[in-house]
Amino acid sequence: MNQISPQQKPALWQRPMLVVWTISLFILTIFWLFGKPYLAWAFKLPRGWQSRLRYHISDAANWLLDDASFFGLFTFTEFTRSIAAIVAVPYDFVLSIISTGFLEGVGSDAIQLLPPLSWIAVIFLVFALGRYARDWKLAMLAAGCFSYLAIFGQWHSSMITLASIIIAVPIGVGFGLMLGIFSYRFWWFDRAISPILDLMQTVPVFAYLVPILVFFGFSPVAAIIATVIYATPPMVRITILALKQVPSELTDLGNMVGCTGHQQMWKVMIPSASESLMVGVNQVIMLSLNMVIIASMIGAGGLGADVLASLRRLDIGAGIEAGLAIVVLAIALDRLSQALAHRPPDPHYTGPKRSLLQRYPYSLAGLAVVIISGLAGLVWAGFQRWPEAWSLTTGKSANEIVKFININFYDQLDAVKTALLLNVLIPFKRFLLSLPWPGVIALLGLAGFSLKGWRLAVLCMLLGLFIVFTGLWPKAMITVYLCGISVIIASLIGIPIGIMAAEWKPAWNITQLIIDTLQTLPSFVYLMPVVMLFRVGDFTAMIAVVAYAIVPAIRYTSHGLKHVSEDLIEAGVVSGCTPLQLLTKIKLKLALPEIMLGINQTIMLALSMLVITALVGTRDLGQEVYIALTKGDIGRGAIAGLCIAFIAIIADRLITAGADRIKTRLGLAK
Amino acid sequence: MRSKSPKLVCDHVWKIFGDLGKAQHIIDAQYWPPGQSDLDKYNLIGAVQQVSLEVFDGEIFVIMGLSGSGKSTLVRCMSRLIEPTNGRILFNGEDLLEKTSREMIEIRRHKMGMVFQHFALLPHLTVLGNVAFPLEVQGIARAKREERARQVIELVGLKGRENYFPRELSGGQQQRVGIARSLADEPELWFLDEPFSALDPLIRREMQDEFLRLQSMLRKTIVFITHDFDEAIRLADRIAIMKDGAVDQIGTPEDIVIRPATDYVAEFTKNVVRAKVVSVRSIMKPVTGRPAIGEVAGTAKVSQIVSKIKHSDGIFAVTDEDGERIGDISRDDVVEILMQG
Ligand SMILES: Nc1ncnc2c1ncn2[C@@H]1O[C@H](COP(=O)(O)OP(=O)(O)O)[C@@H](O)[C@H]1O
Ligand SMILES: [Mg+2]
Repeated sequence: MNQISPQQKPALWQRPMLVVWTISLFILTIFWLFGKPYLAWAFKLPRGWQSRLRYHISDAANWLLDDASFFGLFTFTEFTRSIAAIVAVPYDFVLSIISTGFLEGVGSDAIQLLPPLSWIAVIFLVFALGRYARDWKLAMLAAGCFSYLAIFGQWHSSMITLASIIIAVPIGVGFGLMLGIFSYRFWWFDRAISPILDLMQTVPVFAYLVPILVFFGFSPVAAIIATVIYATPPMVRITILALKQVPSELTDLGNMVGCTGHQQMWKVMIPSASESLMVGVNQVIMLSLNMVIIASMIGAGGLGADVLASLRRLDIGAGIEAGLAIVVLAIALDRLSQALAHRPPDPHYTGPKRSLLQRYPYSLAGLAVVIISGLAGLVWAGFQRWPEAWSLTTGKSANEIVKFININFYDQLDAVKTALLLNVLIPFKRFLLSLPWPGVIALLGLAGFSLKGWRLAVLCMLLGLFIVFTGLWPKAMITVYLCGISVIIASLIGIPIGIMAAEWKPAWNITQLIIDTLQTLPSFVYLMPVVMLFRVGDFTAMIAVVAYAIVPAIRYTSHGLKHVSEDLIEAGVVSGCTPLQLLTKIKLKLALPEIMLGINQTIMLALSMLVITALVGTRDLGQEVYIALTKGDIGRGAIAGLCIAFIAIIADRLITAGADRIKTRLGLAK
Repeated sequence: MRSKSPKLVCDHVWKIFGDLGKAQHIIDAQYWPPGQSDLDKYNLIGAVQQVSLEVFDGEIFVIMGLSGSGKSTLVRCMSRLIEPTNGRILFNGEDLLEKTSREMIEIRRHKMGMVFQHFALLPHLTVLGNVAFPLEVQGIARAKREERARQVIELVGLKGRENYFPRELSGGQQQRVGIARSLADEPELWFLDEPFSALDPLIRREMQDEFLRLQSMLRKTIVFITHDFDEAIRLADRIAIMKDGAVDQIGTPEDIVIRPATDYVAEFTKNVVRAKVVSVRSIMKPVTGRPAIGEVAGTAKVSQIVSKIKHSDGIFAVTDEDGERIGDISRDDVVEILMQG
């Protein structure tokens, strides 16, 4: 009596969640449309209900600053000062070598005892490093990048930036390694640190600039500390992962030969994990470069300060030049560090004893060039510093182009902007702002419950309520609106590009080149051309966010499509799918979880970029953080920063849970 | 049969993997030992179940079983790399499980060595550095440890490769390094966990010969793990056959081939060439008193006497170590064994 019946859709009553959703949405709509006169508090939180957490945090910070002391031995301020002083020593040293030279005395009376490395010497050193790390091609690339810095008049600022990177990276790597090792060895430490790491990666950088500014003052050292704090968490993560991936045979070996805990770590684990650890080092370098501009807000100087200053006076040409210099520096350091990470170790050497020169050709040649160019610099200053008269600039022409576009296309650009603002952005913003907060919280809870369970529901609702009671709800809604619109647009553009790239090889090559480049650009660089064309405001912010956040949408989509199992595709082909059916019925369906994770990443990037766009006059949480930074108000900055982090966490947990559900349904879960 | 005392004893050893948090009661004394249904109920894996065995001084003790049968877990319990859930491990008569971690470090440094399936060479050290590594860990001065390392490297036939890095060597050479390293601190007890499984068949054969050559010189007490029954037969003084965490049978290769204890064991022995395993004394007939036309040693394998016996119609005398006649054997007896495969 086995009948083959066509698959039936389950009846409505068989899907209770659907019923719950429908009813809830219905009630909420009624509430939204007609509830305002009766329940005003649900639409605008009464002042008296706002939490005073913000002031408590500020008070605590002030207490730390003014009164706190460690066992009466030294005060907190003395503590931060001494950290700053410790970091300052190597920083000053490196700065002397590559930028200022060694000076006797201070200010304009200072006498230079020893000049800094000349531009010739620095370029030769990176050239030699490139050759040592891989090949002549890399050497040429590195030397080319640094020559660009000299030729385009960015040398001085670049060296200041480079000095802070040279100091920040080892500190970040060292701390990351230590914390990672600790987490690997002590489970309780791992438990304690992993939520902190989660939070660190979602709290916008600006938010922790505020306390650093207050505690360490406005200085390059404060900027280095901020950079280290920003760049360390991924190193911790990578260290833990790398240690866990050491084959168990190697740990067994360590135990079998009788290693102590210390020997096991430093003689067996770390050397075996070194290749993965180097990936972490590369990450730290790239993140430090990402911080260059932001760190200049608390005194980093160098290229970042140049970009920021020109952004403030809307001198787009100069800004782009300095911004490009950061990119060039990033490319050089990225490629060099990657090559060093993957450098095959020298093969064994068994020949006759070699001379010093044969053993250390690169170091010795570098030393020679340093000395010779230094001496030559005494004869003619041009050998020491790239002559200013020879410097090129593209700044002027960039400004010209902008002027040209603005004169000739102003109307068209403005029309596009106005149309989008009036028809999409503003209505969406109004809609979000008009929603009653209890309704939104309830929906978050419902979403959490239906995607995963009551734990997620409680988490989402608690984080949401935190935002409500800080009194920042309206600003949070503006953040959600800007982020939402940008993510939707980024997905609408990014997913089709991702599909194309996956389906058609030539498109993939081009796309990959573009997204790789986009990823090395510091976020501020996106802001400048957009500001030039569209002035300040929400629209500008949105375009910049889209440009910055689109990469993961493209990358995850094409990655997801490419990794759909061959068997399933063949099964589709055999059963006679057209290529289009193959794409829509099989590949896209199976790649959906991956695409969702891409959108998740896009949201994270969008949120981090949104904080930066506060500079172009948005009125969201980013602005709140920015104001806190200019006022040095720790409480305000911390609360707004936490709100942004919580929005990120809610989005992340919900989407991840959704992707997991789909995976389970498709039978892709492990 | 053996007068020597055992070097290593496993006494009802258990290793249960999984979260024992909710299942504490099943490891309590009153319910011990747990049944398979208890384990299944709490999602536990009984990787080693009630294993008792003795390894005697100077013998090659092979533990054979299919992948997942718990061999690696058992051998790691023997050196306490894995803490057994229950049971006792006696090494030279002392209970290893009562040693402090400091004492264990000393025991592993001086009395135990181990060879791994995937070689476990440290990629950043040269052959010399890898072999000297156990001595480096002990804090022995460079000159002294390198001198010792060079000796063992020569012993395993890698002289001249001291400065190579592991990635510059073939698989067989890499395992020679692993063997050299495990011998560097002159262990009494030598563990080898599927040392040749990752090698090509031809190389494997060569390494087995090399291993037997080394053992004939060194006379270590050896626990050798393999999933290859032929390898077990070839190398073992005695074999323990494992299945699903438990030992099915322990015996000499000959015992196991002639008298498999379970169907499972019998399955392995099916394709073994009996003549190569069975010794003359186990198929000889009682002494008849009829004149013999020749003599063969009782300990010889049947395959070794085939050429001598195949053209003669008469009866051969089988002798023991002292030359005493302990039985008779004829061509028909040999042919019968040969017919069995
Ligand atoms: N660390 C572990 N955690 C959980 N299960 C394990 C662990 N190590 C081994 N097992 C399980 O124990 C059983 C025996 O494994 P193992 O001793 O490696 O077998 P063999 O070496 O004979 O292939 C297997 O079912 C394996 O999955
Ligand atoms: Mg194994």
